[in-house]
Amino acid sequence: MAKFTRLTSYAVPLPEENVDTDQIIPARFLKVTDKHGLGDSLFCDWRYLKDGSNNPDFVLNEPASQGAQILLAGNNFGSGSSREHAPWALVGWGFRAIISTGFADIFQSNSLKNGLLPVQVSESVYKALMEAVQLDRSTEITIDLQTQTVTALDGLETTFPIDAFSKHCLLEGIDQLGYLLSFDDQISHHEQQRT
Amino acid sequence: MTIIMKPRTLFQKVWDEHVVVEEPDRPAVLYIDLHLIHEVTSPQAFTGLRERGIGVRRPDKTIATMDHSTPTLPKALWVIDDQAKAQLGQLERNCKDFGIELYALGDSRNGIVHVIGPERGFTQPGKTIVCGDSHTSTHGAFGALAFGIGTSEVEHVLATQCLLQRKAKTLEVRVEGQLMPGVTAKDIILALCSKIGTGGGTGYVIEFTGSAIRALDMEGRMTVCNMSIEAGARAGMIGPDETTFAYLRGRDRVPQAADWDAAVERWTQLCTDEGAVFDKTVVIDANKLEPMITYGTNPGMGMQISDPMPTTARFEDASQRAAFEKAMGYMDLQPGQRLLGKKIDVVFIGSCTNSRISDLRMAAGVFSGRKVAQGVRTLVVPGSHDIKKQAEAEGLDQIFQEAGAEWREPGCSMCIAMNGDNLEPGQYAVSTSNRNFEGRQGKGGRTFLASPLTAAASAVKGEVTDPRSLLLS
Repeated sequence: MAKFTRLTSYAVPLPEENVDTDQIIPARFLKVTDKHGLGDSLFCDWRYLKDGSNNPDFVLNEPASQGAQILLAGNNFGSGSSREHAPWALVGWGFRAIISTGFADIFQSNSLKNGLLPVQVSESVYKALMEAVQLDRSTEITIDLQTQTVTALDGLETTFPIDAFSKHCLLEGIDQLGYLLSFDDQISHHEQQRT
Repeated sequence: MTIIMKPRTLFQKVWDEHVVVEEPDRPAVLYIDLHLIHEVTSPQAFTGLRERGIGVRRPDKTIATMDHSTPTLPKALWVIDDQAKAQLGQLERNCKDFGIELYALGDSRNGIVHVIGPERGFTQPGKTIVCGDSHTSTHGAFGALAFGIGTSEVEHVLATQCLLQRKAKTLEVRVEGQLMPGVTAKDIILALCSKIGTGGGTGYVIEFTGSAIRALDMEGRMTVCNMSIEAGARAGMIGPDETTFAYLRGRDRVPQAADWDAAVERWTQLCTDEGAVFDKTVVIDANKLEPMITYGTNPGMGMQISDPMPTTARFEDASQRAAFEKAMGYMDLQPGQRLLGKKIDVVFIGSCTNSRISDLRMAAGVFSGRKVAQGVRTLVVPGSHDIKKQAEAEGLDQIFQEAGAEWREPGCSMCIAMNGDNLEPGQYAVSTSNRNFEGRQGKGGRTFLASPLTAAASAVKGEVTDPRSLLLS
């Protein structure tokens, strides 16, 4: 897994609530056997017109969005299906962090395993960031995982929660399966006790 | 000496039984008793195993089925696109290579993963059950701790039979009273979704309690737990009781003979102790529930079927108002109006929410002696081959076909629209499935979620219909 330490980037504003994983990547793109190459299908039904061309009204297609690594999205982001294709598509497009006031449980868990940082902020911070980003798309936001802080604008600074274990894994680029495999003896012991 | 145990919730009891390692500042290592896999969310996990050169720790605790992208037409008419074919082939190869039992397409025991788990008796009280599918919450109806996971976690469970988990908070949803005729389990869960919203249960495991839950059969309980995730909760649970044991008795994979009695004895302990404390409680009055229907683009956007849709002015918060307006735009509906009488194009009766035998019996009860309205396409898709056989033995297939509905082979079908069963852009459907997200049932399609009774009644009338108007006539 790619390390996440500190990120400074401009952001793509998506001021919508309850963006579900069916919107992030529709089910017809789930027939793949690989996790790579899904970035082109990200937000597919919002992003492309019927003829397959880019929908100029969708924020991801705006020139100002190109190269952004932060998605700034409305509350309850990633609800619905457990498909890990959602974080794969977001990472495939180039996002490394999502700032929102809330994330769905399974989406959050999936993101953390793919080097995609869910950054939960208060309603007031979200509104301030959204306003600033919509006003000036080049507004830079810095996310520091070590200090668990988001800084932007003149003096906006806030902290965000993350459990100690996920933080450690992201900072070091540690893959969680390796850690889980280290408990082999305890797992065997548990199995013996229960049979 | 008497040891006084602190009263525990059902969730806490199942959790405690399965903790392998618990250290401060670390997620617990939680043992998984049953791992269900299907074609869509497992290929990359097996690729991961191969890259690491490791095997499946407990193939005997892993069960595979094909359901998401499988055709529901008879075999002679199967159309499976190349991508789906490759994915199905990969699941078959993975199961063969790693020694996993597979209920493949065409197998007489095949069906939707959350239908066959309980049906074959794999699903049992007190088990931890996971699957790369958010509707794994269904299995909680048996007093199991069951939740959906991503593909990375599928790989974790394949490799170690364990997951790293942080303990959830507990939410009691107490449903007291008696449902009126025409009101079903689906209406209970749609009412909960509209009450607390799609994010209301985030961070919680729900336990459904109360007399209205106790009165439900297992199919109804599965419908309720199935859509816990639509209220944001990864898992929903119901304490096992005589209804649970009666359903499980004699099924393929449950303990038999003397082991059965011991199991029931053990399962009987799986209740929330008197005095145990939930982090939060929500109460629903079953007496006051009416048939529910969704009008918007997430399952929380629901209402009693006879109500008008909300007006824009009802949403004080600007972003909620924007979400409502966007949903109304997508659905091409006018705020403040009624849905009753709205013309529809398609009715879908099926999915892991409502494709079991009692769901089909309810729908057949409405269709009996009636016809599907002209111009309405109606699909009835049983959840498994066992259910299909049972329905056919009862003559339900005849009722559906005489009414003018299509009687299909089992699968997820139009719930997720990966197999060619889908809505066309702009079409309206009343669906017994679980998600009304934009495009969920086909790009541009518009979904009203409702119970099998409401879906069948709407098929007959060709418009959104209160099933009580047909049940009483």
